[in-house]
Amino acid sequence: MTRARTGNMAGDVTAEEKAPGANTPLIEIAGISKRFVKPLDIAGRIARRFGGGPEAETVHAVDGVNLSIAQGEVVGLVGESGCGKSTLGRMVAGIMPPSEGAILYKGRDIASLRGDDKLEATFAVQMIFQDPFSSLNPRMRVEDIVGEAPVVHGLVSRSGKSDYVDEILTRVGLDPALKRRYPHQFSGGQRQRIGIARALAVKPKFLVCDEAIAALDVSIQAQIINLFMDLRDELDLTYLFISHDLSVVEHISERVVIMYLGRVVEAAQAEDLFAAPNHPYAKALLSEVPRLDQRKQDFRPIKGEIPSPLDPPPGCHFHPRCPQSFGPCSIERPVLKTIGPDHLSACHLND
Amino acid sequence: MNPVVEAMEVTSNQPENRILPTLEVEHLKTHFLTRAGAVKAVDDVSFYVNPGEILGLAGESGSGKSITGFSILGLIDPPGKVVSGAIRFKGEDLVTAPPERLRDLRGNRIAMIFQDPMMTLNPVLRIDTQMIEAVQAHRRMDRKSARQLAYDALEMVGIPAPAERLNAYPHQLSGGMRQRVAIAIAFLNEPDLIIADEPTTALDVTIQAQILHEAQALCKRTGTAMIWITHDLAVVAGLADRIAVMYAGRIVETGLTDDVIDRPLHPYSVGLLGSVPSANKRGERLQQIPGMTPNMIGLPPGCAFKARCPRGDDVCDLAPEVSELLPGRQIRCHHPHLEEVSA
Repeated sequence: MTRARTGNMAGDVTAEEKAPGANTPLIEIAGISKRFVKPLDIAGRIARRFGGGPEAETVHAVDGVNLSIAQGEVVGLVGESGCGKSTLGRMVAGIMPPSEGAILYKGRDIASLRGDDKLEATFAVQMIFQDPFSSLNPRMRVEDIVGEAPVVHGLVSRSGKSDYVDEILTRVGLDPALKRRYPHQFSGGQRQRIGIARALAVKPKFLVCDEAIAALDVSIQAQIINLFMDLRDELDLTYLFISHDLSVVEHISERVVIMYLGRVVEAAQAEDLFAAPNHPYAKALLSEVPRLDQRKQDFRPIKGEIPSPLDPPPGCHFHPRCPQSFGPCSIERPVLKTIGPDHLSACHLND
Repeated sequence: MNPVVEAMEVTSNQPENRILPTLEVEHLKTHFLTRAGAVKAVDDVSFYVNPGEILGLAGESGSGKSITGFSILGLIDPPGKVVSGAIRFKGEDLVTAPPERLRDLRGNRIAMIFQDPMMTLNPVLRIDTQMIEAVQAHRRMDRKSARQLAYDALEMVGIPAPAERLNAYPHQLSGGMRQRVAIAIAFLNEPDLIIADEPTTALDVTIQAQILHEAQALCKRTGTAMIWITHDLAVVAGLADRIAVMYAGRIVETGLTDDVIDRPLHPYSVGLLGSVPSANKRGERLQQIPGMTPNMIGLPPGCAFKARCPRGDDVCDLAPEVSELLPGRQIRCHHPHLEEVSA
């Protein structure tokens, strides 16, 4: 493992301090990267053979991220679209293999696990998706959507499935009488509850919620946020809560990690981060969140857009948009440094 | 503040010394006649917008806020129909206006910005072709000056290197850029009214802030009236002068932004504001509105919010009328939260 390859040490120290007695974090992400390479077509390959032609295009979706999450913690992961937060979530949930680095479950590399250990780790981490319309199989009844996995894996017997499904549906606030229905017969909020029930059916310890409430109406969002918090208390769940909605993340998270173009730029306890963001990107992001208590505000946006991850700017990825950029920003990649208790930031201004 | 207060009094029937609102909608009803029954998507909606003013039209999906916008532009297709009511644009009734007149107004005096910029831009035409077309549809102007106008519009909405963008196709631009092009097209003919239907919902926070900034600045500068349709109360809190909250096809509450956000009167507005996460409620349970938005087919008479309302009782089986409880605050409710306001 090339853990110290980058300096991207989001919260390595923090989790150990936070969870006394359980020194091994539940989930540890160690120097993880994900690259998507678009292979060259035949003309390109021939041109390469003759010593010229184009390079294969590579997107660094996630670039050397470290993060550890303690049992019972809620970590919010924020960033704009294209910053790699969903890719990171998918790798943690085991949907996508990382190009580099490792994911450790209770201190053991998931990729090296075999047999029952592997199953345990797979069950323990479940994912809840953004779109409750495309993430449920339209041809399956709710009973089967929720009950299939536990039956297949022998968590419940076939005859006990019905009662088990009832129990889980009740837990997520759905009427078990509706379990013979198909997904299209439910509203968006109800579908999201079905998605949550499906994830809970294999008794997970850790939930990756990828924009899990973004597609819902405001009043339904509040219901689902409350459900997440209740489930956490009842089942002692740990969450990685991925969202672009900062007010939701601020509400639910204990620790917040901000990503920009595949890298972590700042990580801190939610209260500290929202009270005093350090990185210029974090500052800009927080100041631009529309809030109820800010009236007739003069929006002072950061200039420009998130650059293409195909060709990220050198040095600090944020420097072309940064109002405070200076000499080293365009040359040297800033390292994540501890700048306060439990507070890491990657900015040359802190040097 | 003053012109708004004046205009408020005007709505309570004093035709003299009024400033003419850019748009007045009175008792608008847009229904969809389906086989399963009539869907009253917009049911007796009245509001107005003054020049240079931004009205935030807030509500959840299915509340009829977008259909209200479409009705103003005459974009309702069968089985939908504007059943009754008046839409007066600078005094001219649009409901009875012939299609030619509407075509003349659309994109010229009244413009609309849609939610999804990929759907509104023609993917096979270059940006300049689309923009020049929008100008020449309404004005006699040669291509060169029309192109210059398009250039200026792109520059105005903060697009870097507008000359290059004019030659680009929509797919070559990012989502934020496309939405800015759509906004530039809306402003091309310097309209008197812009209806913006959730134009920032699909965009990132930083891009949203840029768009809000530009919309605000443009309205201030050109005196264009704007209706900003959104589900996000936090967005209109920072942008709008006045807010109208819609629920199940009706406007349940209107008032100045500060009043509605700080002292909501309708139980639905109270619930909606309570369910928005904010800094001072961190980690607490959010106040949630029980149940879900009602099925619009066969909506029972009476207050549509009754089933979800903590204050609902037998009186609510009668549809509440619009009442002006406080100056400038219209509300449709039998049991408004008046005690908090007087306290």
